[in-house]
Amino acid sequence: MYRYDSHDRQMQQERIEQFRDQTRRFLAGELASAQFLPLRLQNGLYVQRLAPMLRVAVPYGCLSTPQLRKLAFIARHFDKGYAHFSTRQNVQFNWPKLEEVPDILAQLAEVEMHANQTSGNCIRNTTTDQFAGVSPYEIEDSRPWCEIIRQWSTFHPEFAHLPRKFKIAVCGTEHDQAATQVHDIGLYIVKNFTGDVGFQVLVGGGLGRTPVIGSVIREFLPWQHLLSYLDAIVRIYNQEGRRDNKYKARIKILVKELGVDVFRNKVEAEWLHCKDGPATLTLAEFDRCKSFFSEPPYESLTDVNADVENLLMRDVLFSQWHDRNVHAHKKSGYRIVTLCLKATGSAPGDLSAEQMEFVADLADKYSFGELRVTHEQNLVLTDVRLADLPALHKALKDEHLATPYRGLLNDIISCPGGDFCSLANAKSIPIAEAIQRRFDDYEKLKNIGEMTLNISGCMNACGHHHVGNIGILGVDKKGEEFYQIALGGSSDRQTSLGKILGPSFAQEEIPDVVEKIIAVYLEKRLGTERFIETFNRIGIEPFKEYVYAKVD
Amino acid sequence: MPRLIDTAGVELKNPWHLLPRDGALVAPDQPPASGKLEDALASPTSHLIVNATLWQQHKQELLASGKQIAVWLDSDQHADMIAADLARIPLVALNFPGFMDGRSYSTAVVLRKHHGYKGELRAIGDVLRDQLFYMKRCGFTTFDLRDTVKLEDARRAFHDYSASYASTVEEPTPLFRRRG
Repeated sequence: MYRYDSHDRQMQQERIEQFRDQTRRFLAGELASAQFLPLRLQNGLYVQRLAPMLRVAVPYGCLSTPQLRKLAFIARHFDKGYAHFSTRQNVQFNWPKLEEVPDILAQLAEVEMHANQTSGNCIRNTTTDQFAGVSPYEIEDSRPWCEIIRQWSTFHPEFAHLPRKFKIAVCGTEHDQAATQVHDIGLYIVKNFTGDVGFQVLVGGGLGRTPVIGSVIREFLPWQHLLSYLDAIVRIYNQEGRRDNKYKARIKILVKELGVDVFRNKVEAEWLHCKDGPATLTLAEFDRCKSFFSEPPYESLTDVNADVENLLMRDVLFSQWHDRNVHAHKKSGYRIVTLCLKATGSAPGDLSAEQMEFVADLADKYSFGELRVTHEQNLVLTDVRLADLPALHKALKDEHLATPYRGLLNDIISCPGGDFCSLANAKSIPIAEAIQRRFDDYEKLKNIGEMTLNISGCMNACGHHHVGNIGILGVDKKGEEFYQIALGGSSDRQTSLGKILGPSFAQEEIPDVVEKIIAVYLEKRLGTERFIETFNRIGIEPFKEYVYAKVD
Repeated sequence: MPRLIDTAGVELKNPWHLLPRDGALVAPDQPPASGKLEDALASPTSHLIVNATLWQQHKQELLASGKQIAVWLDSDQHADMIAADLARIPLVALNFPGFMDGRSYSTAVVLRKHHGYKGELRAIGDVLRDQLFYMKRCGFTTFDLRDTVKLEDARRAFHDYSASYASTVEEPTPLFRRRG
């Protein structure tokens, strides 16, 4: 984990004092609502349907156990005893009091956490693959780069009032779990033919009302130039991005309107001014950041364990969980474990204070005190000894955290929706629950196989519905909640945007519709084809025909 | 009247008179006036800030007028409009039509960093307390404060942070090169 030094601590303290004063002036009537708005947003504070919502950053998804315990403390003392893990590796509290937010920020600072720039028209939390640093399929650990970007973007004086929000993702693994291609800037870590590390730079990806897959503007950016190149991209966007229409203000629209070649030329011309300047990264700085992510004291272990083998044969629940939620690790004798926060009947991504403390204890006991938050709204223990899997599974099972659905249909990604969010057109959580109830059977889910289902309560697409294999979008039709379904989205290295199936459905029809879609897939699939592969082969028509078939 | 301050929060005398861009006012509380050449030349004031468009069209006449001439850029006007003339311009004013329009931060950086502009860089328009620190970091040296901002608040604003992570105009060396 990155640890603050005196500079980081002091600046964070100054940030809190600044926001405390801003809040005081707002409450005293000295600061108009419109002027307070971007200030509170850039400190993570929304005003929502029922209460304010505070979004806390979990930088690139890395969380320590003292931090998780602090989140539990905040949930209990300042909120209603739970928190929501979002699709951007952040944590949201749905019921804080506006006047207490500076105190919450001070509590967070005690464990080196913050809510800086988690909202507003600025550079947001940088995200990455949750298996960074432990995946056996890794090109380079993305975390030092994420931290370098986090620091560069934090309180960047030039970029606090961009046309719109700005999200950066970094991916250093072969199988992209960071949805890199649907970010304003996506960075794939690559090595050139001499083995030097650099970045393939994508720009202009994004979801929301106009989903776009990012375009490559540079195949290889040597790592030393990362920050000056980012400065150049964001400067062009800040100057030329549209400000006349909120819905056309993201960088994706600028890239589309200019054309990617013109945009690239502008960035490269701007970059010539900044290249090789003081922002050029040094090996000393990279080494410093990298040192925070050095390996924990792994033991030298064999990669087979008789107890685990034995349990796999005779314990069905363990075997299911092992099959779905336990992943290969770069170190022999270790495994990555996903805690799927998708137990049927609980809102996707929600965790109570008690569960957070329980998970923190497990992470201390089994995973060197560290966790990851995933954009699929799950938690991950990164470094579990193979031999500890049976004990870990038993502990998780008792707390209903051993749901063996990771990567299956019921591992639904969902925004909080109309139950909480003032932007939403429709509810999301009850839809997720209805689908989960319909499919709540391991054998059934396993037979369907790996697939994603994403739900967003509105066009803002916080549930990333465009890139779900099945994407469900809440829409408003004359004051009533309806749901539009799209198929074929994907957010991995082969990112694709879902295609709309047809007219939208009422809430109660959704489980039947999903069941019909699955029925078509099961009938048409060849061999071990995954849903997305079958869809890509047969297209949307067979699904459309069956789902909208007239019943005589 | 807006008050002009420097980066220490000290109130300055303001000899400059600003002519609006035709059809666009700097701030809602500015009286309407014309940005035409004849008005500029007929103006009794000795220090004029003209919009970059007028500057581009009538540079020679303006310079020959015997007045001190400065130039202001609106947030949709690019630094390139005056880049070649910066040696002759003692003051560049950059407009914030609304405080959330952040384009002028980048214009300031471009003027200072790319074009090496050394003269006065003034923030005009919707200049509020909570943006002063970032403006200073981007190279602004004077600030036409909105009426609603208390002077003592503005003074404090310049000390909101003791450092910045990124390379800025004010402190080009990024924090990572200064960490002990």
